Amino acid sequence: MTGTGKLIRLILRRDRVVLPLWAVLLGLIPAAYVASFEELFPTEAERVTYAQVSESNAGFVTLYGPLHGSSLGELVAWRAGFLPVLVALCALLTVIRHTRADEEAGRTELIGAAAIGRHAPLAAAFITTCAASLLLGGVLTAAMLGQGMPAEGSMAFGAEMASTGCAFAGVGAITAQLTSSARSARSIAIVALGVAFVLRVGGDVSALGNGALSWLSWLSPIGWVQHLFPYGVNNWWPAGLTLLFTVVAAIAAAVLLARRDFGAGLLPARLGPASASFGSPFALAWRLHRGLLLGWTIGFTLLGLIFGGVGGSVVDLASDNEGLGDIFARLGGSTALVDSYFAGTAGIVGLIAACYAVQATLRLRDEEQAGHAEAVLTTAVSRYTWAGTNLFFALLGPAVVLTAEGLATGLAYPQGDLGAILAGTLVQLPAVWVLAALAVLAFGLIPRLSGVAWAAPALCLLILLVGQTLQLDQWFLDLSPFTHVPHLPGGDASATPLITLTVIAAALTATGLAALHRRNIPD
Amino acid sequence: MIEAIDATGLVKRFGQVPALDGLDLHVATGEVHGFLGPNGAGKTTTIRILLGLMRHNGGTVSLLGGNPWTEATTLHRRLAYVPGDVTLWPALTGGEVIDLLGRLRGGLNARRKAELLERFQLDPRKKGRTYSKGNRQKVALIAALSSDVELLILDEPTSGLDPLMEEVFREVIAEEKRRGDRTVLLSSHILAEVEALCDRLTIIREGRTVETGTLADLRHLTRTTIQAELAGPPDGLATLTGVHDFQLDQHRVRFDVDTDALEPALQKLVQVGVHSLVSQPPSLEELFLRQYQQADR
Ligand SMILES: Nc1ncnc2c1ncn2[C@@H]1O[C@H](COP(=O)(O)OP(=O)(O)OP(=O)(O)O)[C@@H](O)[C@H]1O
Ligand SMILES: [Mg+2]
Repeated sequence: MTGTGKLIRLILRRDRVVLPLWAVLLGLIPAAYVASFEELFPTEAERVTYAQVSESNAGFVTLYGPLHGSSLGELVAWRAGFLPVLVALCALLTVIRHTRADEEAGRTELIGAAAIGRHAPLAAAFITTCAASLLLGGVLTAAMLGQGMPAEGSMAFGAEMASTGCAFAGVGAITAQLTSSARSARSIAIVALGVAFVLRVGGDVSALGNGALSWLSWLSPIGWVQHLFPYGVNNWWPAGLTLLFTVVAAIAAAVLLARRDFGAGLLPARLGPASASFGSPFALAWRLHRGLLLGWTIGFTLLGLIFGGVGGSVVDLASDNEGLGDIFARLGGSTALVDSYFAGTAGIVGLIAACYAVQATLRLRDEEQAGHAEAVLTTAVSRYTWAGTNLFFALLGPAVVLTAEGLATGLAYPQGDLGAILAGTLVQLPAVWVLAALAVLAFGLIPRLSGVAWAAPALCLLILLVGQTLQLDQWFLDLSPFTHVPHLPGGDASATPLITLTVIAAALTATGLAALHRRNIPD
Repeated sequence: MIEAIDATGLVKRFGQVPALDGLDLHVATGEVHGFLGPNGAGKTTTIRILLGLMRHNGGTVSLLGGNPWTEATTLHRRLAYVPGDVTLWPALTGGEVIDLLGRLRGGLNARRKAELLERFQLDPRKKGRTYSKGNRQKVALIAALSSDVELLILDEPTSGLDPLMEEVFREVIAEEKRRGDRTVLLSSHILAEVEALCDRLTIIREGRTVETGTLADLRHLTRTTIQAELAGPPDGLATLTGVHDFQLDQHRVRFDVDTDALEPALQKLVQVGVHSLVSQPPSLEELFLRQYQQADR
């Protein structure tokens, strides 16, 4: 562990922008909900109605977790129930970035030759990420206190997010030991997070019914932290359980690290074919993108099944509760409750598809940095062909996954109109393309800063999460291409915004490709 | 006959910093041309310009009679490139990469591939991420050498190869040379390799060509070291133009002398009377060291 301190300073220097950004920004989001909930439900009675409706709504429970109470704090903490997943994602990506990704790139080896212990890089990445999680929790607690919320609840709320971050720093630390590539480590860790989320959803939704499977929530760290119930019972022991999990995960990662060779993973490498059955730029792009496409298609199908399955309970809710439509109307939905539910999920799905599109587009940059672009471009393949074959998958892959999601939603909600649901999903595509096109532009014009392409989906997410609730200015909401997408089913099916977005995407892509055609490779 | 590579006064700047500053490189068709220079001299940059990966800021360049930037794709059918630092797609096997690059180039000689796999002792079934540095280098070499192309551009192709494999590489290039239908540009830091393979060579430093010619031409530029025991004091020898590092210890002398000044220096010795004489021929290492360090000349 010698040298851990030095490495922590190195990480803080390399991540001096990104680390505070996620720790502070995510920590501030719940405080923003306080004011908006006060405004939407000014009286105790209204909050009680809303809470009663929400706590038995499978859709809400799926998205935000269980709700047990109607005080302002409880509502805010519950509505922030998607945060643990985001915190977990940031934490595991940070750990992998400073462990396996560095090792794969050979940077660890440079450092390793200096007087630095074998476990130091892992310890440094893990400690820094846990510290960032604690910072996030601290920011959250302080911001909630600043909004005049009760002290114990605010601390429990902060502890919920901080312990989530630590637990998934542990998950990232373990997966970083398993494979020799950072990309696979990330995939495994994200699948683990997905499983934790699905277990949590399964248990919580089951608890709404006969509760036969409610124990599923207790298999998932995400489930644990959502049973802290800040501002309500202030249950502290699940945070303890999560920290215990963190310690066990960290020890497990350290043991795995000690058992493997430098640069290697624990999963064995297999032999492959001695000659290629393919030999075109398109086939190469397919090889590079197919894993990504398959993974996202499976994920989107599951998401569609969940969203569709929950659709039924939204209907029950509408028929059971007079006056609920009123509440939904105030939340920004249309009068047709189910339509607004599916239009809402389509927006979420569109944004996730945009993340896939940006990721797939930036594969071009990965290929350039790894030196693979140089190998291909010194054969008879032109830059346009090389970029074009990759973009084919980056732009049409999202169409495939959106279709899968729409179909799965329709299948899981047979009483609905499949065509309308599918249309609601597919109209997201032009907005997805705009974000992908921004990534192409960044890759062409400012290749070394290609990563800024992620700022666009991050901004759109921010607008989606807090834009409506905070009633931000329209021009700010208009920055997100998703603001302009027709809300289907139910809304106006106008083609104009779709055409406009597609034209913008095409223009941005063309500009990016023209810049790529003129620049140095590698840059 | 058109030169395979014809670059004159090449300038390339990265921002304000010039990487190439009037570089000349002329490679005749059919020759093996050594391309040498200290680290950071601009070899890789020159090669990237020749490959149309980077655009030059000044000077003229033609490759196989064409413009390497605008006609990149058509020219690339006629050449193969081995980068200095080979990286492979982690999920593709070595054999797949060899086939893929060959086909993207427009064709691969399967017999030649099998033969080279054998000679370089490479297992083509391993995944890219599991190869060692030397084995990655072999994958790129086999991919390039088993393509039927006119021009091979090799950027430090043997870095990471063990001595045995380096020997195989030399044999293969020597065979190519005997067949005489290929031009090779070989950037290298290994002098023995250059000496064994190259017809002509170009030495660059800080983005400029400092020397170009055959090995024999270059040897001409070197100094012979002479040690002699004389009958008397060698008056005037120390100040003779072309004599360097002159040391006198009673009647023993030791000095370096330029090839041009060899005759007058020897005449001076003979005038005094020579008891014994040892002459050391110029070594290639010495030549390179001198060219590489010319900054402090
Ligand atoms: N993309 C780039 N951006 C900025 N500077 C660069 C870039 N590529 C090369 N350089 C600079 O150009 C100069 C020449 O580099 P080059 O890689 O051509 O040297 P080289 O002769 O191949 O060296 P070596 O023997 O170490 O391979 C160096 O000073 C290097 O720092
Ligand atoms: Mg180089």
